[in-house]
Amino acid sequence: MATIATDTPVSAPAPGPHRRISQQAIAPWLFLLPAFLFFAVYVIIPIFQSFYISFYEWNGLYALEYRATPDGGLTDLECLDLGNRAARTEGCEPTGDTVWTAEYIGWENYQNLWTDPFFWTSLKNNVIWLLLYFLAIPGGLFISLFLNQKVFGMRLYKSLFFFPFVLSQVVVGLVFSWFYLPNEGLLNEVLSWFGGPRTNILGSNDYATYGIIAAGLWPQTAYCMILYLTGLNAVDPEQIEAARLDGAKGPKMLWYVVLPQLWPATFIAIVVTVIGALRSFDLITIMTNGGPGFYNTSVLAFYMYDVALSEFGFRMGYGSAIAVILFLIMMIYITGFLWKMWRDERGG
Amino acid sequence: MRSIFKTGALALAATTMLSGAAFADAHGVSGPLRIFSDMSNPAPRAVMEDMVARFEEANPEVEVELVITDREAWKTQIRNVLQSGGADIVNWYAGNRMAPYVEAGLFMDISDLWEEGGLTESLASTQGSMTMDDGIWGVPYTYYQWGVYYREDIFEELGLEAPTTWEEELSNCQAIIDSGRACYTIGTKFLWTAGGWFDYLNMRTNGYDFHMALTAGEVEWTDERVRATFENWAQLIEMGAFIDDHQTYSWQEALPFMVNGEAAAYLMGNFAVAPLREAGLTDDQLGFYQFPQINPDIEPGEDAPTDTFHIAANAENVEAAEAFLLFVTSAENQTLINNGENLGQLPVNANSTVDEDEFLLAGFDMLSNNATGGIAQFFDRDAPAEMAQVAMQGFQQFMVDPSTLDQVLMILEQARSRIY
Repeated sequence: MATIATDTPVSAPAPGPHRRISQQAIAPWLFLLPAFLFFAVYVIIPIFQSFYISFYEWNGLYALEYRATPDGGLTDLECLDLGNRAARTEGCEPTGDTVWTAEYIGWENYQNLWTDPFFWTSLKNNVIWLLLYFLAIPGGLFISLFLNQKVFGMRLYKSLFFFPFVLSQVVVGLVFSWFYLPNEGLLNEVLSWFGGPRTNILGSNDYATYGIIAAGLWPQTAYCMILYLTGLNAVDPEQIEAARLDGAKGPKMLWYVVLPQLWPATFIAIVVTVIGALRSFDLITIMTNGGPGFYNTSVLAFYMYDVALSEFGFRMGYGSAIAVILFLIMMIYITGFLWKMWRDERGG
Repeated sequence: MRSIFKTGALALAATTMLSGAAFADAHGVSGPLRIFSDMSNPAPRAVMEDMVARFEEANPEVEVELVITDREAWKTQIRNVLQSGGADIVNWYAGNRMAPYVEAGLFMDISDLWEEGGLTESLASTQGSMTMDDGIWGVPYTYYQWGVYYREDIFEELGLEAPTTWEEELSNCQAIIDSGRACYTIGTKFLWTAGGWFDYLNMRTNGYDFHMALTAGEVEWTDERVRATFENWAQLIEMGAFIDDHQTYSWQEALPFMVNGEAAAYLMGNFAVAPLREAGLTDDQLGFYQFPQINPDIEPGEDAPTDTFHIAANAENVEAAEAFLLFVTSAENQTLINNGENLGQLPVNANSTVDEDEFLLAGFDMLSNNATGGIAQFFDRDAPAEMAQVAMQGFQQFMVDPSTLDQVLMILEQARSRIY
């Protein structure tokens, strides 16, 4: 808190500055407090809750709690043991409170995950998503280089390319599922011009995941493009000039002169692409609902939702275990990200 | 209206005995009554709103707060509503779908209301599906038959009759396929439609009791009898009876195939009639037949899903809630809300009349006289939620690729040994 330091020694600490120091010390924390509070309530605490619930078997419901009436001849414990019968038993009355119906089962949820084929399908799909999503980065770079020209109407072209990113993921999913429709879809129409076989991409166990990823790449490429477009604005024209004088052009110019200067944009593009790949839930829900068959296009986030929260999902503990695994996988990435941030801050 | 008012008073009498708590005055029930409904489609919404209006008219002291939630969204929201104690009455489904809420004690046991209100007689046919754990947990308000809706004009053109046996079914289907059509349209994107097919094939191959045992987890999925059901199904799939790419469509998206004449029939609930009529099919073009017999020794079992009202266990206005339940199930109201202009389904009260509609009459006749095996709810209402989920995924997988049957049955059997 030595923010106020003066050259002249002060003989006696005046009350005024002292109070100002503490104010200055408190103010940032006060401003941060709401954010901390919300972050704790909606992010940090639920993470620990997930860890906790993952050791239980729980259907997500709280039962009503009953206690004995004063002269009913039953004890509170007996009323609790009666469960839903307590409501019909003379001598028990609801307390107005609820009881958590979970049952502790230790590591069983995790053991079940290990032998659960659908968990592995989902994990495998997560990896496919992550790998293929990186195509958005070179794709975005290519389009931004292409659009980084001074031609009449370029702003319009740029906004047209950026357009898919503005759309909601749900709309993207719908548009692509119509595009893929087996009979009326545009894709099959185009394929038939070239004599290609009629395919039902989203209905096929082999291609459905790739079909959804392609839909996701559409907005994601636009996102990377806009990042690179702003990055290209910051490229130093003098360096380009100097390189040109030295005879650099084409791919060499791109690789040795332009790309290194675009590194900050690339870094952000990698970050948002990884996040984008993990946000695949909406597209999957809209386009295939996890199907066809047994979770063929599911990813961990979707599987978690399906077992815990969907129409037929009553396995909160199991869902939490999936969430924990997903969290640990994300932690690897987040740790790497934080480590790099920390290193950059220290270096710069 | 007068008789309805009387029913309200009767409800009151029942209530006072049931709760033994505060007695309302003899003029009727009063206070706010909070109803959460999932009747969100246009026709059901109108029915619900009208029902509330008539109930309020008969019980002027009651102020109903009606919240109508999207029918699909309600399937997950009901948990929050029941636990937060915000509702007196909620909509739900009969059969095993009640189980989580019954076990957690979130629905109120209204056996006494059934006794006192005479429901054990007037609603006798559905009492079983509302009973669980020695209690009766709600009242039905409508149900509907399942069966095969077919294009009579196409059948006539090909010189076919509605089939009654499996041989006729197969030969009919072959004739339809030879004419360049699919026998059946179906959209399995949301899985349950495949559950309907499984139910019927299973109840015709192995019977109603087997269906109940299987959904109760008492039979292994790798059992030969289950396999026999799937083999019958495979016969249809392999001859090309179903439309292609059904895994991509919802049940509504599968309707145009039938309307356009690309498919000749649809195994569906009676709710499919309204959209088929709206799409331009006349009653001359549209016919109904009961799913054909497969094993002649098996009494036919039918699916007839029942939709229900329940009182929340933490309801604040139990008297009014019970009056509302009696009002909903009364013979007059049942006749009215289930007629062709409203829900277009079957009334649950034995004393009410079925509307003069070709399909409702056919369905009512089928369920009353020709469902001697028994009346099931539906696969996903008879089986526990987790089993229903994974099994219906298996049905879809099987329909897409029948050669994966062994793998599907293995996965289902693993699920069964874990769930029950």
